[in-house]
Amino acid sequence: MKRIAGKLLIFVAFCSLAVYLVSSIDLAEQTVLAQSTLLINGAGATFPYPIYSKWFDEYHKKYPNIQINYQSVGSGAGIKQVTEGTVDFGASDGPMNDDQLKAYRDKYGYGILHFPTVLGAVVPTYNIPGVKAALNFTPEALAGIYLGQVTKWNDPAISAANKGVNLPGENIVVVHRSDGSGTSYIWTDYLSKVSDEWKTKVGKGTSVNWPVGLGGKGNEGVTGLVKSTPNSIGYVELIYAAQNNIDYGAVKNASGAFVKANLASVSAAASSAAKEIPDDFRVSITNAPGKTAYPISSFTWLLIPEKFSDAAKRDAIKGFLKWALTDGQSYVENLSYAKLPKEIVAKESKVINSIQ
Amino acid sequence: MSTRLRWRKFVSHFMLTMTGVCAAIAVSVLFFILGYLVYHGGTSINWDFLTKLPTPVGEAGGGMANAIVGSAKLLFLASLLGVPFGFFGGIYLSEFSGGKIAFVVRYAADLLNGVPSIVIGIFAYSLVVLPFKHYSTVAGSFALGVMMIPITLRSTEDFLRAVPRDLREGAMALGASQWRTIVSVVVPAAYRGVITAILLALARVAGETAPLLFTAFGNRFGSPGWNQPTASLPVMIYTYAIAPYDDWHRQAWAAGLVLLGLILVINIAARAILARGIGVPRS
Amino acid sequence: MSTTTTTVPSAGPAAGSHSIFARLRTGDEIARLITFIFAASVVLISLLLIFELWRGSVLPRHKFGLHFFFTDVWDPIFDHFGARPFIYGTLITATVALVLAVPLGIGAAIFLAELAPQRISDTLQFFIDLLAAVPSVIYGLLGVFVVVPIMRQYVQPGLQHTLGFLPLFQGPAYGVGFLTAGFVLAIMVIPYIISVSREVLLSVPRNQREAALALGATRWESTWKVVLPFARTGIMGSVFLALARALGETMAVTMVIGNTPTISASLFSPGYTIAAVIANEFSEATSDLHVQSLVELGLVLFLLTFILNGLARLLIVVTAQRGSGTAQA
Repeated sequence: MKRIAGKLLIFVAFCSLAVYLVSSIDLAEQTVLAQSTLLINGAGATFPYPIYSKWFDEYHKKYPNIQINYQSVGSGAGIKQVTEGTVDFGASDGPMNDDQLKAYRDKYGYGILHFPTVLGAVVPTYNIPGVKAALNFTPEALAGIYLGQVTKWNDPAISAANKGVNLPGENIVVVHRSDGSGTSYIWTDYLSKVSDEWKTKVGKGTSVNWPVGLGGKGNEGVTGLVKSTPNSIGYVELIYAAQNNIDYGAVKNASGAFVKANLASVSAAASSAAKEIPDDFRVSITNAPGKTAYPISSFTWLLIPEKFSDAAKRDAIKGFLKWALTDGQSYVENLSYAKLPKEIVAKESKVINSIQ
Repeated sequence: MSTRLRWRKFVSHFMLTMTGVCAAIAVSVLFFILGYLVYHGGTSINWDFLTKLPTPVGEAGGGMANAIVGSAKLLFLASLLGVPFGFFGGIYLSEFSGGKIAFVVRYAADLLNGVPSIVIGIFAYSLVVLPFKHYSTVAGSFALGVMMIPITLRSTEDFLRAVPRDLREGAMALGASQWRTIVSVVVPAAYRGVITAILLALARVAGETAPLLFTAFGNRFGSPGWNQPTASLPVMIYTYAIAPYDDWHRQAWAAGLVLLGLILVINIAARAILARGIGVPRS
Repeated sequence: MSTTTTTVPSAGPAAGSHSIFARLRTGDEIARLITFIFAASVVLISLLLIFELWRGSVLPRHKFGLHFFFTDVWDPIFDHFGARPFIYGTLITATVALVLAVPLGIGAAIFLAELAPQRISDTLQFFIDLLAAVPSVIYGLLGVFVVVPIMRQYVQPGLQHTLGFLPLFQGPAYGVGFLTAGFVLAIMVIPYIISVSREVLLSVPRNQREAALALGATRWESTWKVVLPFARTGIMGSVFLALARALGETMAVTMVIGNTPTISASLFSPGYTIAAVIANEFSEATSDLHVQSLVELGLVLFLLTFILNGLARLLIVVTAQRGSGTAQA
């Protein structure tokens, strides 16, 4: 009996040590923060992830007791999880459609609000060994590539717009998103506007039945695939191409000019929408009019429920939203996102106050 | 020696050498994996890596402290579920049960053992995440614990069964009741095997990623308590590996080294414990 | 090496007591009850699992019925789901894995069981056991950074040059795809084949080998023509076990397969497996039909692995019994 008692004691001591170690690390983290931590969970788009992670980090530095944990799992997951209630807020670059809004309202009895946070661009990024120039892409070329009809880089659909560039006769490796993605929504929304065949055959959405291509998970996954696969093309948010030094091309806009995505061209795309944005902020600005507008631009939205049962969370989120629309905007341009037009910021500020 | 015989002997030598080559290839894979991880990840394991939280996307530096602690907590809680059910269930099967019930329980345990881990993830999601409306360490631990149960159960049963009858009969002859016999004689005789089983089960679930994807979810910060989403080593490795940032790749290698190192250490320790044990044969 | 299992006579309730409360007073009954509850909970959990899978897939089962297994389309926009590309991908990668792993695994097992001296055999088996412990995500890590580039730059073009007339090796070399996923899976299942086959081979009674050698067979011939056939069923069991593992593998596969639901004769093509699509799409499927279709895929996978594991166990047990039935050490 003594032997067992002895061994049991050692075992219990060992377990207690383990628990002690684990919880003391925990406790250490918590005591560093003077008050009790408020943890808010959000999930969604990978499109704005670079700026969101910067924002949440800066906001945490400002208010150390507020931790906003954002997981970049794709707009589709963001919409789903906020509807399920497993996260406190969502994020998406494809606005929720009427069915999804209704489903949310039916479930909870109140609605969910869309708050535009930044403007971004989806760029066609490619990795062609030997080609360093910025390529020009016509809408027909892009639709053709993604429909699987344009299969080689030196196809006339592409080369016609790129005189002087030596395009190889290699097969195009098409990369798209494997997860439910707002970036996909923006891309397919654009393709649906410029190609009837795409519109009827594939349609627009966060998850479509892609005719061709490899699937990468998140903007990160697509960038990774393009970066490591020669002769590939993918669509990613601008900052992912820029941060990872992969080339991206210019796209022909509705006025016929080839425009490369940058702060000015993205802001130009939003300027026409700024004055007429609907009250719920759901608007598409792809293929926007204007000579300097970049045609594949988009807002990205935070999906915030109209009501919160937890007052502390509600106040924290409202505080964050106000900060994001004001101080937060000073961080966006460094990461190649465009600031929101002033009219939209003003409108949003009014709506923030309606969150209960 | 006839030519035919010489040919047959040649074939024999050749084929047997080939089998040696096969064995060499198989074993060398282990060392290749280890070597690669050490080479790519070894330099990145520094104090920063072990103690800091991740930095915002695109900025270099930071560490995986939250993932390491998260994994520790997940495993701890998972063992609270997996070990008792496996251990006591195993005692029931080996000491108390008749044929039919034992068959059903064993069948159920084998069934659980064979379930792909992603399906366990679905199970844990619908059972724990949805009703409670958030991702949590508890949900992740539930999934991992369910995976631990069949391993510990079968092993406990096997090791207990292997304890010789004489020991039991001796105790009973001295007047001990059955439960007393189990506690004082049978379990101590088999304890090495049982500990080995628990350690092996732990090592098995320590590396599981799929069930954590929609249960523990992920967290940029540490996760105090048990009810919040938490980062974990395997999920971090996965997330960082498929991303395009080179700094994240570097950290993924380091985390891989930490994870694999931990698992191998547990495995080796478990087998060492078993090897030193009294003649309780491995099944 | 067979274990001597001593069956303990299970002690019945203490003789003489009848009422349940009287019986409970004896420590034995309490112990029996407590351990029974734990054991029964295991059964409950597994029943609950099956129930959840069944209940969670009710929509697609009613809407698509058996067509689910014969449709190629996976379209979340138009709410049309079919399992065929995923079943195809799962089976193809598993097949490639087995084609690569089985010869290598059995070869290594033969070496360990027949040729290597005891110490070396045990040491090597130890390393093989460690290999089995390497988690899937680490294989995925190596897959993405080591295997995929090698496949893309050397192996796939090489295969295309030499065997490109076969539809198996046609198409552009992406690096990711069925072949790569199958290769990574092969490495993951080899340890299972080796471990079980080695045990099975060791359990073949010595007199079989000795009889063959006495008749003038070379060592290889005795192994190939006598021992292996004797252990055939058990080795098949190990293959089924490996197959079951390969089917359920998630992380390593989703990192190297290309994540595209395609059915293609070419091994270079990117594809998708059941486990991979669940991992990628489950947390974001918004429509109920989408989620439940994924759950139905999970159910299919569960049934496949369940049947295979059952068969495997059966085969291994049968061989062990045959071995000990005629055993004369």
